[in-house]
Amino acid sequence: MSATTEETSAGPVRRRAPRGTLRRLLSRPLAVVGLAIIGIVTFGAIFAPWLTPYGVDDQMFDGLTLQGAPLPPNGHFLLGTDLLGRDLLTRILFGARTSLIIGIVANGVSLAIGSAVGITAGYFRGWVGTILMRFTDLMMAFPALLLAICLAAVFTPSLWIVAMVIALVNWVQIARVVYTETRSISEREFVDAERSLGAGSMRILTKHILPHLVPIIIVWGTLGISVTVLLEATLSYLGVGVQPPTPSWGNIIFENQTYFQAAPWLVFFPGAAILALALAFNLVGDALRDILDPTQRGILS
Amino acid sequence: MIGYLVRRLLQSILILIGVSIVTYALLYVLPADPARQIAGRSATAETVANIREQLGLNDPFIVQYWRYFLGLLHGDFGRSYLQRTEVADLVAARLPATLLLMLGAIVCELAMGLTMGLVAALRRGTNTDQGLMVVSFVGVSAPQFVTGLLLLYVFAVRLGWFPIGGYGTFSHLVLPSLTLGVLGAGWYSRMMRSSMIDVLRQDYIRTARAKGLKRFVVVFRHALPNAILPVIAMIGIDIGLFMSGIVVVESVFGWPGIGQLAWQAIQRVDIPIIMGVTLVSAIAIVLGNLLADVVAPFIDPRIKLR
Repeated sequence: MSATTEETSAGPVRRRAPRGTLRRLLSRPLAVVGLAIIGIVTFGAIFAPWLTPYGVDDQMFDGLTLQGAPLPPNGHFLLGTDLLGRDLLTRILFGARTSLIIGIVANGVSLAIGSAVGITAGYFRGWVGTILMRFTDLMMAFPALLLAICLAAVFTPSLWIVAMVIALVNWVQIARVVYTETRSISEREFVDAERSLGAGSMRILTKHILPHLVPIIIVWGTLGISVTVLLEATLSYLGVGVQPPTPSWGNIIFENQTYFQAAPWLVFFPGAAILALALAFNLVGDALRDILDPTQRGILS
Repeated sequence: MIGYLVRRLLQSILILIGVSIVTYALLYVLPADPARQIAGRSATAETVANIREQLGLNDPFIVQYWRYFLGLLHGDFGRSYLQRTEVADLVAARLPATLLLMLGAIVCELAMGLTMGLVAALRRGTNTDQGLMVVSFVGVSAPQFVTGLLLLYVFAVRLGWFPIGGYGTFSHLVLPSLTLGVLGAGWYSRMMRSSMIDVLRQDYIRTARAKGLKRFVVVFRHALPNAILPVIAMIGIDIGLFMSGIVVVESVFGWPGIGQLAWQAIQRVDIPIIMGVTLVSAIAIVLGNLLADVVAPFIDPRIKLR
């Protein structure tokens, strides 16, 4: 318990700076697996047009059997073809773009909303804080998926709308975490000290509170991408997410599920892609929590 | 205790009123026109206008909501636009199926999650532990519709052990419950593991071992009950996960519960049904959280209700 003298004094308790984070991340095999999966998916998404000889929407003449059934994986179509005779691998590669874009955009927006709400409520308290946190409680009482489906039905779903819908549903968790953390930081002595020296709220927030929030925002930001990817896939599977012909891993399964008993690869491959990406962000997020947030030890410590 | 309960109940009621306002507002701005839906495509503009007037859809938002709210106070959830039946009846008819599915899911997630967590804790730091925790990560990362479709393919289509979908017998229940339980099993195994590790660190466990009790007895008689209770007390919180999960799982397996009711209603813009299911889910979630909070201090006296 005798870490450094700085921690016991009234001075700011610096969380371990995220500087050595990458090195420590790379010393954990599971985090490396996660990073590798994320790397592969990102590579596939960026270079999709060059990795495959087929176009996303190309309905291949030889892509269906004579009876009109999709082809199982073979030498030409590595993962087989879908109901319309399109190359499944190509659709999955382009679908990675959808997943990553939504994962990053939606999660970025929900991080921004969640942090803003959490910091405001946690620092200013008073009636603003009370209203914000009661509203957060209210959002927690909604079944997340049902709310997302209702929202998606209100707007005509496009890629960006889906991202916004997911952000509007997902910010709540982050708001609660940031709120609790902000409250505990702003009760610390160094914040009082700073205030008594005449620092304004803006200065205290940006110089003293925000830096302490960086670790948990990084951790929850990473874990949140996994939640986002899963929610996008689910909405698209239900037909209220990203709309065909834009490929998404969820809507590939939505489009082909009537045929899945005869052509299970049409569910298996995109399903495996969703699972792999969500798992990857969970593994990396858990490792980051271990490294950055000593109060909440990750499970694989 | 009583004061706490009363305050929490009042809070819960306020939250539910808030939920009803937000949902109603959301559906109010929905671009789809329910009157047009009811009248059908071939109806004249006049008929549609009449239906709008009849349903009170021309009234301002506040008036519409107030009418709905007064109905709610009498337990009246309104009538379905398309089926001309009371929403309360529709939901009540579907609720038993959903509750049965949730019960099955709770059994599955506890059986899988607690076992995995227990084994991982006892084998802490070994490959078994690591392997099990990776499995638990897979559990929380698996999209439910993929889990469901895969289980269907392997156990129903290929092996033919279970029916492909539907409702009625015990064997219909197995695959949907498993699918809904996988996510929770992932969480429970992690909570169980850390709870068990915490308990095994306690002094009384060392004392029990030191006085010569067998490891088996110490683990199952002394440690397990204490480790398992706080984990099981979380069941109330699961309801939130379930309420999202049922929409997917019920649609994959053709399970006639409220998830499917909501899903069909959303596609047909049957607003009263969507409202009804959302409110019933919210009530369940709020009660679940309340239950978890109220139960906690009985299980762990160190927790104080505030």
